[in-house]
Amino acid sequence: MIAIPAAVDVAALKDTTLLNMGIFGLFVAVTMVIVFRASRNNKTAADYYAAGRSFTGSQNGTAIAGDYLSAASFLGITGAIAINGYDGFMYSIGFLVAWLVALLLVAELLRNTGKFTMADVLSFRLKQRPVRIAAAISTLAVCFFYLLAQMAGAGSLISLLLGISDWGGQALVIIVVGALMIMYVLIGGMKGTTWVQIIKAMLLIAGAAVMTLWVLAIYGFNLSALLGGAVETANNPAVLNPGLQYGKSDTSKLDFMSLGLALVLGTAALPHVLMRFYTVPTAKEARKSVVWSIWLIGIFYLFTLVLGYGAAALVGADTIKSAPGGVNSAAPLLAFHLGGPLLLGFISAVAFATILAVVAGLTITAAASFAHDIYANVIAKGKADAATEVRVARRTVVVIGILAILGGIFANGQNVAFLVALAFAVAASANLPTIIYSLFWRKFTTQGAVWSMYGGLASAILLIVFSPVVSGLKTSMIPGANFAFFPLSNPGIVSIPLAFFLGWLGTTLDKRREDPAKQAEMEVRSLTGIGAEKAVDH
Amino acid sequence: MGNDAHTPDAAASVDFEQVQSTGQFQELRKRHRSFVFPMAVAFLLWYFAYVLLADYAVGFMSTKVWGNINIGLILGLLQFVSTFAITGWYVHYSNKRLDPIATEIRHEIEGHEFDRNGNRVGGANK
Repeated sequence: MIAIPAAVDVAALKDTTLLNMGIFGLFVAVTMVIVFRASRNNKTAADYYAAGRSFTGSQNGTAIAGDYLSAASFLGITGAIAINGYDGFMYSIGFLVAWLVALLLVAELLRNTGKFTMADVLSFRLKQRPVRIAAAISTLAVCFFYLLAQMAGAGSLISLLLGISDWGGQALVIIVVGALMIMYVLIGGMKGTTWVQIIKAMLLIAGAAVMTLWVLAIYGFNLSALLGGAVETANNPAVLNPGLQYGKSDTSKLDFMSLGLALVLGTAALPHVLMRFYTVPTAKEARKSVVWSIWLIGIFYLFTLVLGYGAAALVGADTIKSAPGGVNSAAPLLAFHLGGPLLLGFISAVAFATILAVVAGLTITAAASFAHDIYANVIAKGKADAATEVRVARRTVVVIGILAILGGIFANGQNVAFLVALAFAVAASANLPTIIYSLFWRKFTTQGAVWSMYGGLASAILLIVFSPVVSGLKTSMIPGANFAFFPLSNPGIVSIPLAFFLGWLGTTLDKRREDPAKQAEMEVRSLTGIGAEKAVDH
Repeated sequence: MGNDAHTPDAAASVDFEQVQSTGQFQELRKRHRSFVFPMAVAFLLWYFAYVLLADYAVGFMSTKVWGNINIGLILGLLQFVSTFAITGWYVHYSNKRLDPIATEIRHEIEGHEFDRNGNRVGGANK
């Protein structure tokens, strides 16, 4: 017999605030010590941006999982499954399958041809200036969307855990999170950031594993019984079937296709994921990183399936939706239901740590791109020394941190998984075609790259602006206005093929030919790893 | 590039067009592409077939197979299985078929067998 779930007393959550903060404080203290120790060896640009290329494949793989399993994965997907059932599960499948693109087509070749940023690879055999600027702009745009998503997640979490529902109080906590993140990245650079991500990934996966086993144990390790429980609580057998969220109309079905395309093609084009491949000494270690992260991420998403249906069965969709934090509160509420204040405190601290670690990774990527691509290679035309460049990167960290705090305060309340899906769409449109073409298409030219990147970036962003996400619906960012002529909330199905087409068209119409010697060099380097920078000894 | 101009690059003086034109390198490229391209097409087709089914064949996906477990859930879990399997397959293939030949070419270049002063083959285009 399955016990009728006791309703979670949301008011009681406030009593656990001190405990939550204590556990989170412990995490911050431990990671700060590690970051300080790691920072002692930060001397060169390779140290600051790429952690001296000294991490092993398994360490980097764990850090990638820590980078990738953001608040969107943990809070967003668990919540989406708890509310929308099967359709939420489909998010996680797209997020996982996408890693095969990174493994087969991108990771090793990229490690062999670049140094610090995505633009290093894209501008390798094309004209430096235009391609680097375009790549840096799209890096900054993708990081910005992703940052917004994470900071919005921080807002939701705070409202749930601290019972702070007023705007000012939430803003204050977002400022604290942002300030901590700035400190990590300023002091620790890539090495510190990586360690924060490794620790966080282990805590997150361990926490999710405990909760998964717990939920399964309640249902006698019978998945069918768990699903039955979810149906019973929701009083709706459709939670087990596809279509609850996206099956409403032809437009919403098409929207789902668009989302699926963006998810599966976006991962291998996320600049903060690509940059992680530079922290290992060889392509073989880059491959190992991806393998390690595919296993960790895949297993984690299997956990979220159980957690999502577990929350649906034990907490109930109505309780989740009415709790402060809404959809994103499914995982913390489930933790409270299972293990009371202590487990809630642990899970919430892990969720905070998740946001902190992901935001740190995004910030260092954006800062590296600005300092290395725009400042050192475009403004200073390659004449800046490494020390100046790192100084510029550190200043950029502060600026981006402040922007993230402001953005987070204003994006507060938006659905996290959804904002992340937009970041994926922008990455898949602006970056992926050029990455694939420059690695595999000999005739690809500068004009093709520039058209594809700007075309993909502009079409993705414009379609979002003119979509129901921004205006026209009650749930839009600007509910009062209506200028939504594009019916889909995810632009991928239009902007991704368009960017591939523009890359082809720009190349075909380009009268200039690229240097065949550079193409030969890139191809030989990418496949053999000749001359790829090895680990820096300390 | 703005950084690490001081970093010694073993490949600085290599004639890459010549390396590219060697049979050995062509073989490496063929082996790499003949694995990753078909595999990428295959897993993308399988993923989109799944998404299309979930989108437009809800009735079929909702068919219960065992208890509350329906075809949709089974196909979803099979996506996980295929992802893990392709990962393992690729690692095995790389270790066996790609790494040895890549290492061989790298050693030859680092041994300066393809120095610019060496025997240069013109017009490396295929």
